Amino acid sequence: MPSLKDLKDRIGSVKSTQKITKAMQMVAAAKLRRAEEAATAARPYADRIETVLSNLAAGMTPGAPGPKLLTGTGSQRTHLLVVATADRGLCGGFNSSIVRQARERIVELQSQGKEVKLFLVGKKGYDQLKRLYGDLILERFDTSEEKRVTFEQAKGIADRLLTLYEDGAFDVATIFYARYQSVISQVPTATQILPASPPERADASAPKAPYEYEPDEEAILETLLPRYVAVQVFRALLENAASEEGARMTAMDNATRNAGDLIDSLNLSYNRARQAQITTELVEIIAGAESV
Amino acid sequence: MPKLSFSLVSPERELFSGEADSVSIPGTEGVFEVQAGHSPLMSTLSPGMLTIRDGSRERKLYVRGGFADVSPDGLTVLAETAIPEDELKGDVLGAQKQAAQKALSADLSPEQQLEAQRAVDVLSTY
Repeated sequence: MPSLKDLKDRIGSVKSTQKITKAMQMVAAAKLRRAEEAATAARPYADRIETVLSNLAAGMTPGAPGPKLLTGTGSQRTHLLVVATADRGLCGGFNSSIVRQARERIVELQSQGKEVKLFLVGKKGYDQLKRLYGDLILERFDTSEEKRVTFEQAKGIADRLLTLYEDGAFDVATIFYARYQSVISQVPTATQILPASPPERADASAPKAPYEYEPDEEAILETLLPRYVAVQVFRALLENAASEEGARMTAMDNATRNAGDLIDSLNLSYNRARQAQITTELVEIIAGAESV
Repeated sequence: MPKLSFSLVSPERELFSGEADSVSIPGTEGVFEVQAGHSPLMSTLSPGMLTIRDGSRERKLYVRGGFADVSPDGLTVLAETAIPEDELKGDVLGAQKQAAQKALSADLSPEQQLEAQRAVDVLSTY
């Protein structure tokens, strides 16, 4: 039976934990709103570049040697998995669900005899993957300095990936992140980013307007493709940022509620113990008075 | 005169979406002006000032890196960096200048050097 003082201390500590989780929940809610806004603001650009690229790709003569970024290296041997996670924890299953999906893919690819390499963005993914797959890690990209996802950052990652691709370090790159659906649902998703695979044009049969290109088609495609890769990375990072805050908000909401339940039950024990103590004291006084 | 539907988007936000009389664009092969009914054209951008004209009003924005896509539906400019002229001061301007200078000092092909030089020239007037 814990003493009254123990119980009181315990209640105090749970209360202060609850204050922290409550504050974290509110901070996450505010950040989530900002992350959602950023994701929405980025959408027009991503959609447009996708349309432009699909148009261009559809206009290319089939079978003609296109840029390597679009047609691939001609091999499927080495896969690079870009795992994007958060730098901080306390956000429920957010990081582990992304890592789990990546791990499943690693096992699957390895059983097919493919070579797997890892490119890790964010601290938590590194922490979780270094033990099992430490020797597969090709590179780490540190995002802890930045408070906000910027296009510059995404471009940095994309540029690095493109350099590695040019050097022949891998044949296919897939990015793993959590797609933001709602506050309570974030879906771990894998998207292939290299070679670039723009969605098929819906109206592929529609007559294509004769475009004029300045300087020329190849030059445009050449500058457009790296940007498309950067946009895809950017989109994944933005989705990830929103998902992280959403997951954290839910996790902290649960924690706050659990702390509340715990405080209630501790209060009950505390009151019982206090009552028991008072009763004992009374019995002792009465017994003492009677014996006089 | 029919109006041109025009949108200017950067990866981080949409800066303009609506109608204008004409838009002048700093293309890689030179500045060109787009009005409604322009034939389909796709051009890469060179660092410089993009001007939106609507009636007697004129808006200028600094753009760097990206594309202009003129389709029968209108004009879309996808710019990697796009900053309205009135925001082009203080820290923002400094950062852009620095980026341009850095690009200039890097080891580049003559075309890229020219691009970087254009960025420096445009920015130095602010």
